[in-house]
Amino acid sequence: MIARVRVWWTILRIALEDRLVYRGDFALGTLMRFLPIITQIFLWSAIFDALDRGPAGPSRIVGYQFEDMVAYYLLTMLARAFSSMPGLASGIALQIRNGEIKRFLVQPVDLLGFLLLTRVAHKLAYYSVAVGPFALVFFLCRGYFVHGWPDASTIGLFALSLVLSFLLGFFLEACIGLMGFWLLEVGSLLFIYMLLSFFLSGHMFPLDMLPHPWRELVDLLPLKYLAYFPAAVFLDKLGSDEIARGVVVQCVWLAVFIVASRIAFRRGIRRYSAFGG
Amino acid sequence: MAIIEVNGLSKSYRVYQKPEGLLASFRGLFHRTYRDVRAVREIDLEVRQGEFVAFLGPNGAGKTTTLKLLSGVINPTSGSARVMGHVPWRRENAYRRRFALVMGQKNQLWWDLPAIESFRLHQRIYGVEPAAFHRNCDELTELLDIRPLLHQPVRELSLGERMKMELTAALLHAPDVLFLDEPTIGLDVVAQHQIQTFFRHYQEQRRITILLTSHYMKDVAALCRRVVIIARGRIQYDGSLAGIIDRFSGSKIVTFQFAEGQSAGDLSAYGEIVELREPKARLRIARNEVPRALAKVLASHAVADVSVEDPPLEEVIADLFTQVNGRPAEPDRGDAVGEPMDEVGGVVP
Repeated sequence: MIARVRVWWTILRIALEDRLVYRGDFALGTLMRFLPIITQIFLWSAIFDALDRGPAGPSRIVGYQFEDMVAYYLLTMLARAFSSMPGLASGIALQIRNGEIKRFLVQPVDLLGFLLLTRVAHKLAYYSVAVGPFALVFFLCRGYFVHGWPDASTIGLFALSLVLSFLLGFFLEACIGLMGFWLLEVGSLLFIYMLLSFFLSGHMFPLDMLPHPWRELVDLLPLKYLAYFPAAVFLDKLGSDEIARGVVVQCVWLAVFIVASRIAFRRGIRRYSAFGG
Repeated sequence: MAIIEVNGLSKSYRVYQKPEGLLASFRGLFHRTYRDVRAVREIDLEVRQGEFVAFLGPNGAGKTTTLKLLSGVINPTSGSARVMGHVPWRRENAYRRRFALVMGQKNQLWWDLPAIESFRLHQRIYGVEPAAFHRNCDELTELLDIRPLLHQPVRELSLGERMKMELTAALLHAPDVLFLDEPTIGLDVVAQHQIQTFFRHYQEQRRITILLTSHYMKDVAALCRRVVIIARGRIQYDGSLAGIIDRFSGSKIVTFQFAEGQSAGDLSAYGEIVELREPKARLRIARNEVPRALAKVLASHAVADVSVEDPPLEEVIADLFTQVNGRPAEPDRGDAVGEPMDEVGGVVP
């Protein structure tokens, strides 16, 4: 067991070092994350302005006033920083196509474990640089959190939901990447996933804005746990039973994708060994 | 005792056949025809502990496929193999800790980091004790003369230096069996020579078992007593390097140096004239004809000097490949795994 932890630690350490080699690209990538949210804020600001000028006075859209909306976007941005996996699926597919995947057949090391650890390293490197800008943005936008900061237990649940969203995002994209054993190129599959995820994770708009049958449907899908769920926990949009149910559903989905990625890897390797190599 | 035992091992690939042209590409979206390519056919092989065996063969002959089968990257279509008692394609960790596969064109080091970091990772993955790690690392980097480069990012190393780092990484866990697929491909003569020297020294000291594929006869001549020639997926020869000439070359090269003022005249009756530059003549003469031809030429000419040699090994092997393949050996195409060698139920190209 100690030996195994040592392996994990070494992979993590080396991946972290590797990540910090290209400083310029890294810093730029970190800052670019803030751009999309600014356009979202402008858009909603215009929408609320138009509504406010109406006879009803300061308005709400499905329980959100402008300030809530800004707070929501800031929080989904934070959640996406945990759950998005740039380059994971395409990287796996590329390794399958160019044969680098052999390494995980020849050496006594597990592909998924290795990728998970390198991804943790990516994220740690990212957070260590991004924590400054994030803190600054949240500080500047503190006025938008009109209900004040949540209590410690909510913060705890929020942190849990972020960790789970990281794991869910990882295994979901790993499954897409492993489809490369059959498809070789997963670009289109990944595009479909990104598109669905953009709308159904709550990245584009708060999911409680969805009308009746869609809302319930989206509740059952895994995607909402990648952005909407953590933000809703933080903003106290959910009752404690809803949170509990959400965490259970998230864990179930996580288990599903862990098992699915294991099966996909094993079957994929069998196929690879039989046909290619 | 045999450390590698292979019995009737075969491997077929299914290869997508795409006719030329755009229309065919569209048709390929709905209906595809495949062809079975038999890369390795019923190979039997036994290698004892401490042997250094070379696999020779034209591109696409099945050499790399055989190494992939033995290292467990691919499953066979039929037949069996055991390496150190393990079935390779079960990929048990107990087996994977005891061998290494080095492919000349594949990079397993972290590109942007110094090689020592990749070595550390290997140490952990293979569970090498720190003392053994330092001993092995020191020995290998000393032998390969790369100690000062350990802390330089891999991307800044030359091809030869990188190959030496790859070898070090592969040998850190002191494997008992080593599979080398074209380890000196693309390297300059100096680097090739250094790596050969290294292999010879390392193998002599450790008595590990090595299977090597290479296109460079110099690699093979310098390192291996035993040569296995594979062509069209089958073993065509298994024996010593010198034995190849005895077995496959039916001729000798005879060189006459004629005395001053002596004309060579017409020598074509004795054999094929390879080179004629008076007063020197080189002839290729069938082996059983050599004594008679020599006697006749010596009787009829004033000869200052004469030598009888075997034809160059490269030539013999190239001839052999051509015979077996029914076509000339092709230029290097690298990792040619599924190159069509034969078909099942198809038309031979």
